[in-house]
Amino acid sequence: MTTPFAIKAYPEMWEGLDMDVARFDKARQMLGTAYEKMYLSQSNRPQAMAYFDDLMAEIFGRRIEELLAVKKEGRPVVGTFCVYIPEEIVVAAGGVCVGLCGGSPGSIPDAEKILPRNICPMVKSAYGFKAGKICPYFQAVDFVYGETTCDAKKKTWELLDRLVPTYVMEIPQMKKGRDKTLWLEEIGDFKAKVEEVCGTTVTADNLAKAIVVINDKRRALQRLTKVRGSNPAPISGKDALLIEQMAFYDEPVRFARQLNELCDELEERVRSTTGVMPASAPRIMVSGTPMALPNWKVHNLVETAGAVIVNEESCIGTRYFKDLIDESRTNLDQQLEALTDRYMQIDCSCFTPNNERVDQVLKEYRASNAQGILHYSLQFCHTYNIEEIKIREACEKEGIPYLSIETDYSPEDVGQLQTRIEAFLEQIRG
Amino acid sequence: MFIGIDLGSRTVKVAAMRDGRLVDHQIVESGFDPQRQALEMLRRYEPVRVVATGYGRHLAQHQFAQEVITEIKAHALGARHHFPECRTIIDIGGQDSKVIALDANGRVSSFQMNDKCAAGTGRFLEIMAATLGYKLAEFGPAALASTAEVNINSMCTVFAESEVISLKNRGIPASDIARAVHRSVINRLAVMLNRLGHGDTIAFTGGVAKNPGIVAMLQEQLDQHVRLLTPALPDIVGALGAAIHAGRS
Repeated sequence: MTTPFAIKAYPEMWEGLDMDVARFDKARQMLGTAYEKMYLSQSNRPQAMAYFDDLMAEIFGRRIEELLAVKKEGRPVVGTFCVYIPEEIVVAAGGVCVGLCGGSPGSIPDAEKILPRNICPMVKSAYGFKAGKICPYFQAVDFVYGETTCDAKKKTWELLDRLVPTYVMEIPQMKKGRDKTLWLEEIGDFKAKVEEVCGTTVTADNLAKAIVVINDKRRALQRLTKVRGSNPAPISGKDALLIEQMAFYDEPVRFARQLNELCDELEERVRSTTGVMPASAPRIMVSGTPMALPNWKVHNLVETAGAVIVNEESCIGTRYFKDLIDESRTNLDQQLEALTDRYMQIDCSCFTPNNERVDQVLKEYRASNAQGILHYSLQFCHTYNIEEIKIREACEKEGIPYLSIETDYSPEDVGQLQTRIEAFLEQIRG
Repeated sequence: MFIGIDLGSRTVKVAAMRDGRLVDHQIVESGFDPQRQALEMLRRYEPVRVVATGYGRHLAQHQFAQEVITEIKAHALGARHHFPECRTIIDIGGQDSKVIALDANGRVSSFQMNDKCAAGTGRFLEIMAATLGYKLAEFGPAALASTAEVNINSMCTVFAESEVISLKNRGIPASDIARAVHRSVINRLAVMLNRLGHGDTIAFTGGVAKNPGIVAMLQEQLDQHVRLLTPALPDIVGALGAAIHAGRS
């Protein structure tokens, strides 16, 4: 690096978005410093990561400009928080779907002015970003489409609606026939809302195109996951996590193209057995709750300790892209049903029973050639925290080295986590 | 000579080994500059190899240690040196409490550690002793002098302190409250022990193992056939383990 990394500032645009510019600018600088320290200090990075570094540098700038340009054309920008929201419908209607910010401790004090302290840090962080006016994505969206995957979220949406129009999709909690019927109706409501705001109609034709666009994005992410199964790992877990996080922000066609370019390079690395770390580095798979941008805490600890993360079984990870939508359907009703079928396969811990997730974890463990599983649960995420017991039992049964951690975004437990993670690696190294 | 150094949250411990035997040890408060403290302590030796453990291990590696291992591995090595048959270790230090399970060969098979707060740690006992006006050495015996069943419910040091203050102001004798404080540490340990399961021989290491109240009340809590073994110098077991590792690598 010849010039120091910085996340670019766009104060006038932020001003126009009614942001707390002075405060946000400090957060921007801190994020840039953290990125430089955690990301640019890595050695043997693939060259094609340059695109994602640039995406990071422009995360509060050029990408926001793009969203504002979309809005100017009368197309809406929809904010979401969950992999259950069918972005294909937004894309079909000509809109843009973005995952909203919720991965930083910086916005939590804003949230705690209103929300209880003892709830999920991701929900608090997300609410705080809007309340504090310190997220340009939040400021740019036309509306938010939330869901009912957990109690903290669904009750927070009622309060968030006071700050930005927030609609809520009911996610069933079981996977019986009647749950699918409900879910299909919810998708119908979502489609109607998007059509109303876009002033367009979702047709079989534009939905078919949108399904391919998003499938292509998911296929590129699957390709990345597959190549990480090689030893030595061709890319760090930190870089891969960043890409999985960026999948919720970037324009999908461009993102898939750039990611495929990166995968070309990674596959070439595999052919020449070039790795980011030596083949002897312990290979860890992460499973559990999502790590929203810029939550790199655990990946950074694990990889600083000399191991490499090779898979994220998480909403910001394989849960987002492991399943594709059947592209062979040609009429709208069938397409919506295919979409429902695909989304019902997501194995979020909000479902009961959810045994398919245990099988999925074991499947990904084998496919990624990992040597241990680190279960990651955000504090107060009851469903993942309790489901962790079943994952642990399955790992014990299979003889898989296993460590479970529960943490939030604050740095205060980094010392303890470091000790646990290093002891876990000692266990794997034998 | 092989040196193990344990840079803990409260104290720095050094163990020096020659021919597989402990020949010297030191325990000094960490102070404000544990690195300087550590270098000072190491001056008297001519080590072949230094291995560091404890919270300051990584800083030590930058300065003077050839290798680092975690406290968990260090206590496993140190405890097995004293008690070759033990499969379970309880280690309570200044900032952490841990339960470690070992396989038949003495390798760590799993472990439990307290979460990010200081509940149930040595620091917790220090603060509670001070709140009740005891010197640390008097605290355990005071707990044993009471037979009362007073409870402290809070696991958090800050809240537990307010609970202790309200008990004091209700006129509850200090030794009864001391017992309740010790009981709360034992209860927390029991949860970790139950989660991990334990063998018939448990080694108790870390500075808190010097507290006779904790030792006696913990033994009471365990089934009769379970032996709770405390080494002669429980606070240097981590440093000892690091020294053993230095000798092996």
